[in-house]
Amino acid sequence: MAGYVIRRFLQMIPVFFGATFLVYFLVFSLPGDPIAALFGDKPVNEAVAAQLRSQYNLDQPFIIQYLLYLQNLVTFDLGVDFSGREVSAVLAQAFPVTIRLALLALLFEAVFGIAFGLMAGLKKGRIFDSTVLVVSLIVIAIPVFVLGFLLQFLVGVKLQWTSPTVGGDAGWSDLILPAVVLGLASFAYVLRLTRTSVIENMNADYVRTATAKGLSRPRVVTVHILRNSLIPVVTFLGADLGALMGGAIVTEGIFNVPGVGQRLYQSVIRGEGPTIVSIVSVLVFVYVIANLLVDLLYAWLDPRIRYA
Amino acid sequence: MHKDTTHIEHYVAPLEETPLAATDSVKEDVQPLSLWGEAWRNLRRQPLFIISALLILLILTVAAFPGLFTNASPDENCLLANSNGAPSAGHPLGFTFQGCDVYARVIYGTRASVLVGLLTTIAVVIIGGVLGALAGYYGGWLDAVLARVGDVFFALPLILGAIIIMQLPTFRENRTVITVVFTLLIFGWPQVARITRSAVISVRNSDFVVASRSLGVSRFSALVKHVIPNSTAPVIVIATISLGTFIVAEATLSFLGIGLPPGIMSWGNDISAAQSSLRSNPSTLLWPAAALSITVLSFIMLGDAVRDALDPKARKR
Repeated sequence: MAGYVIRRFLQMIPVFFGATFLVYFLVFSLPGDPIAALFGDKPVNEAVAAQLRSQYNLDQPFIIQYLLYLQNLVTFDLGVDFSGREVSAVLAQAFPVTIRLALLALLFEAVFGIAFGLMAGLKKGRIFDSTVLVVSLIVIAIPVFVLGFLLQFLVGVKLQWTSPTVGGDAGWSDLILPAVVLGLASFAYVLRLTRTSVIENMNADYVRTATAKGLSRPRVVTVHILRNSLIPVVTFLGADLGALMGGAIVTEGIFNVPGVGQRLYQSVIRGEGPTIVSIVSVLVFVYVIANLLVDLLYAWLDPRIRYA
Repeated sequence: MHKDTTHIEHYVAPLEETPLAATDSVKEDVQPLSLWGEAWRNLRRQPLFIISALLILLILTVAAFPGLFTNASPDENCLLANSNGAPSAGHPLGFTFQGCDVYARVIYGTRASVLVGLLTTIAVVIIGGVLGALAGYYGGWLDAVLARVGDVFFALPLILGAIIIMQLPTFRENRTVITVVFTLLIFGWPQVARITRSAVISVRNSDFVVASRSLGVSRFSALVKHVIPNSTAPVIVIATISLGTFIVAEATLSFLGIGLPPGIMSWGNDISAAQSSLRSNPSTLLWPAAALSITVLSFIMLGDAVRDALDPKARKR
């Protein structure tokens, strides 16, 4: 296991450098002058432009620029946004909210997705199975912002069960509706993945053996079928953490959740290039770490992987 | 035979006494079905396939000839007097905040969304397919480089990556269908490359490829003539499903205000514009959203059906 952890960790390093380099390269090498664009329609004030260029290290050679940017990223010196606040301070305030939201969404999709997927898989071809399959397809097809508006309108405005927007300190209970919206598409994927996996494992030799030994049905289902079916599901859930971060832009924008996604959403709307780059870089960092953790978890669940 | 050999009598059942349980017959004058022929025979009987194929046909027709489906103009004759107006004769879905006909806007918005989806899918399949096939077939350093580059792109979720590019001043100011397609292409190709690569690797060492090579076919011709045609199935499946994903991505970008410009009618733009009147007039948001969802659903269903038809393991016995 130790060898696997080290190998996987080493593999992560080029991915991290590559991804941040890609972001930086795309932003500062594609045609167009980001500093000139900050002036909008007004004529470019050369003195201010030069000052801004040196502030963002744009007067340095590209590789130096990238290294300085990396240094800033690692030390969480992310610059200031247009309202003059430190981006790192803004993120420090916003991250706990997004983490709460993502954890709730993950919990929702894992619990319901696995439960429904298991039930559907065990009764393959029955009415429950077919219904669940069709409903999950429909859920996958509806974009997250449409789902967001739909549930906001139904639950928040029509039924008035919760307030349609969150805002403020965003406690756990306020975040339930946004979390459901955020996790709904992945819930459908988890469901389908669990179902396929359960169907595959149901006919496995070890399940027949377990039944032949005289184990009770609940024990066969929970310990032998479900546990082995969870391996691909866990991978998906981990990789999904990154997708949740992306989806959070839209969900947090709709529900006015003061998280990282909403900060990014606002920066996009205001066209704050440098802030967007900082936030996305931090998200990429989180995503790479999450993927690493999932791979380690995966190896722990399935011993075949670490010896491969 | 030797004299000292002992003979042991034993019973051998004549053939007629043990009738065969079943016989196989092959009609030799009938062409054998290819993978695609068999898949097609399977598909024709699947309701899921028929429904999704008909829906897609309808959507493509709407995209190509929107004038056939409505007489109302989507962006002219918008009267502010009709702002958020209820449905009336000739305007079955009511009016938007700007007083435009919702039905006409949904019909005319089809083209941009479908165009982005189709063009991105074609571009992604060409670039990802070629790179993936070359990497899988030749292996070596090309494969290693591509795998690492793919890892880097996978570390960037599609929407985040697209935001990074579309917010750039140059892209923000010259937003067209092409820039959106380009952005989605940058972050969409690695997935197709990965799938093509594994499909090509599984075909590369097949007996028929080895046979064609030993008959003197060059390495490259074997790739083009034998390997690629036999590894298209998973690529087609992923292409169909990603078409839906790309349409959603375009709508999400437009919703964020960095997708298609407001001048191009698209479902994403209309949904974005309808946000403000969600409480007073939810139907202006719901109809383009429904059109978008049905389109995406059709492509996902088609991909699902095609996958089931092409995968012998998934077939019902």
